[in-house]
Amino acid sequence: MSRRPPGPVVAVAVLAVALFALPLAGLLWRAPWRSAWRELSSHDALTALRLSLQTSVLATAVAVLLGTPLAWVQARVAYPGRSVVRAVTMLPMVLPPVVGGVALLLALGRRGLVGRYLDGAGVHLPFHLSGAVAAEAFVAMPFFVLTLEAALRSVDPRLEEAARTLGAGPWAVFTRVTLPLVRPSLVAGALLCWARALGEFGATITFAGNLPGHTQTLPLFVYVKLEGSSPDAAVILSLVLLAVSLVVLVGLRERWLRAL
Amino acid sequence: MAAGTVTLSADVAVQVGQFALAVDLTVDSGDVVGIVGPNGAGKSTLLRVLAGLLALDAGRVALDGVVLDDPASGVFVPPEARPAGVVFQDYLLFPHLSALDNVAFGCRRRGVPRREARRRAREWLDRMGLADRAAARPAELSGGQAQRIALARALATDPALLLLDEPLAALDAPTRRDVRRDLHHHLDAFHGVRLLVTHDPLDALTLADRIVVIEDGRVVQTGRPDEIAAQPRSAYVAELVGTNLFRGTAAGGVVRTASGADLAVVDTAAVGAVFVVIPPAAVALYRTRPDGSPRNTWPATVAGVDRLGDRTRVRVTGPLTLVADVTPAAAAELPAEVWVAVKATEIQVYPA
Repeated sequence: MSRRPPGPVVAVAVLAVALFALPLAGLLWRAPWRSAWRELSSHDALTALRLSLQTSVLATAVAVLLGTPLAWVQARVAYPGRSVVRAVTMLPMVLPPVVGGVALLLALGRRGLVGRYLDGAGVHLPFHLSGAVAAEAFVAMPFFVLTLEAALRSVDPRLEEAARTLGAGPWAVFTRVTLPLVRPSLVAGALLCWARALGEFGATITFAGNLPGHTQTLPLFVYVKLEGSSPDAAVILSLVLLAVSLVVLVGLRERWLRAL
Repeated sequence: MAAGTVTLSADVAVQVGQFALAVDLTVDSGDVVGIVGPNGAGKSTLLRVLAGLLALDAGRVALDGVVLDDPASGVFVPPEARPAGVVFQDYLLFPHLSALDNVAFGCRRRGVPRREARRRAREWLDRMGLADRAAARPAELSGGQAQRIALARALATDPALLLLDEPLAALDAPTRRDVRRDLHHHLDAFHGVRLLVTHDPLDALTLADRIVVIEDGRVVQTGRPDEIAAQPRSAYVAELVGTNLFRGTAAGGVVRTASGADLAVVDTAAVGAVFVVIPPAAVALYRTRPDGSPRNTWPATVAGVDRLGDRTRVRVTGPLTLVADVTPAAAAELPAEVWVAVKATEIQVYPA
């Protein structure tokens, strides 16, 4: 293999890096550092931040609770239609989030496929915090499922057999052997899912609306501020979201790469 | 463990893909039984059936009168409910648990409180000489240590049936000697039914009291190791277990065998109880007393000649009963009385 890569390739690669790096530089360059603290500590910003944390943590919890069994079934049970189920559950990763929001509305909205019965039962997801949670879970859960499923596939099934011969029933094998073995990937998947949920915009605004104090999460708040009264606040809060993403990425790098 | 004899009776018929295993065997706790055979013969499949990891298609497995698997009457005891301990080929220690917790795992799952399970596990580590490795993760253990932990893990639940799948295959040669000797002691001390799967003739001959040879899913021969070595029923068996093995006592470069013969060996460091292995190809037969002075030479009587493919196996009796591999031409000219010579350098000595 040649040690010296061809010049044009390097030039294009540098351009690609610039494509990623320049917007970040723009954010830093334009950041109103002097008023940063004031913007951050404003009541509205803090409310949006709190909402974002609440909804993203709840969405991650939903993803872990529902996604763990799903990942296990997908990794371990060979059933007809498994690839169809995989396609459906991975769809939100490539679906435009706004389409996801519309779809959620049609399914879970007041007059939606299922929503009409939920409505009758007194459960209202749209324009409510739970709707934001649902939208975020819809978009972010595939990241968790995909990571965990890959990890479950890599567990040596003979270790589980060894556990059986030592007196562990199927449930004990799952909780005492399988889950501990995939724990690093489970944590990595949950963090990745959380980061995605934290940044969710399209599905949330479409399905849950943009009600300050109820469904206006941080990305929605940033958008409103940028369009309206206070671009400075938008920049500062964007930096906050950027910082969170970077911390998650750096923290995960090793595990995420290994899981893939 | 009950002091009386425990018997395993296994009439096994199982189909895995294109492969069919049909084996009928009865094993009691008096013997260590070695299951030998070439790769793909069905040895590990048999072990999986006995452990409950694979259900029978037909037949019946019963241990000490308790039916474990009987498809005809719909009985199947799942692996977690069988009183079996399994040592797997590459040990399969749980990588996320310490050595101590690996050994305690079986007791914990069988309802022993944590403190008591750990106490028992610690006892087993002591017995294995690994008390100082209690906190180590499997990745930090040497091959020999991992093997001992795997054995301790299987024995800690006090099973009635001990199944070992190629227990020494993953070890390098020097470690193998030590572990083989220790395994021999632990097998001796265990009072249940003992089954050992191996493809290594030396492991089978040194560890097993009775050998069951499986080829292509069928039992082709059973018997004591010396019986099988003397009269192998197939070329494979001849190659696999057709070697001369004696117990003896070593001192100063000489091994005195149980039958009273003295063998000069190269290994002067060996002292005490040993196994001596003489490959049949290393045994030379002469019509007259050989020239020079090979130290291991004695007159013997030809007791039998077996043709097996391109080799001829000659059985000789005398101070030592031996088998020798010679060419068919040489065998044709052998008189009834011969001289046997074995070079000291060809004799392998293993601690017993």
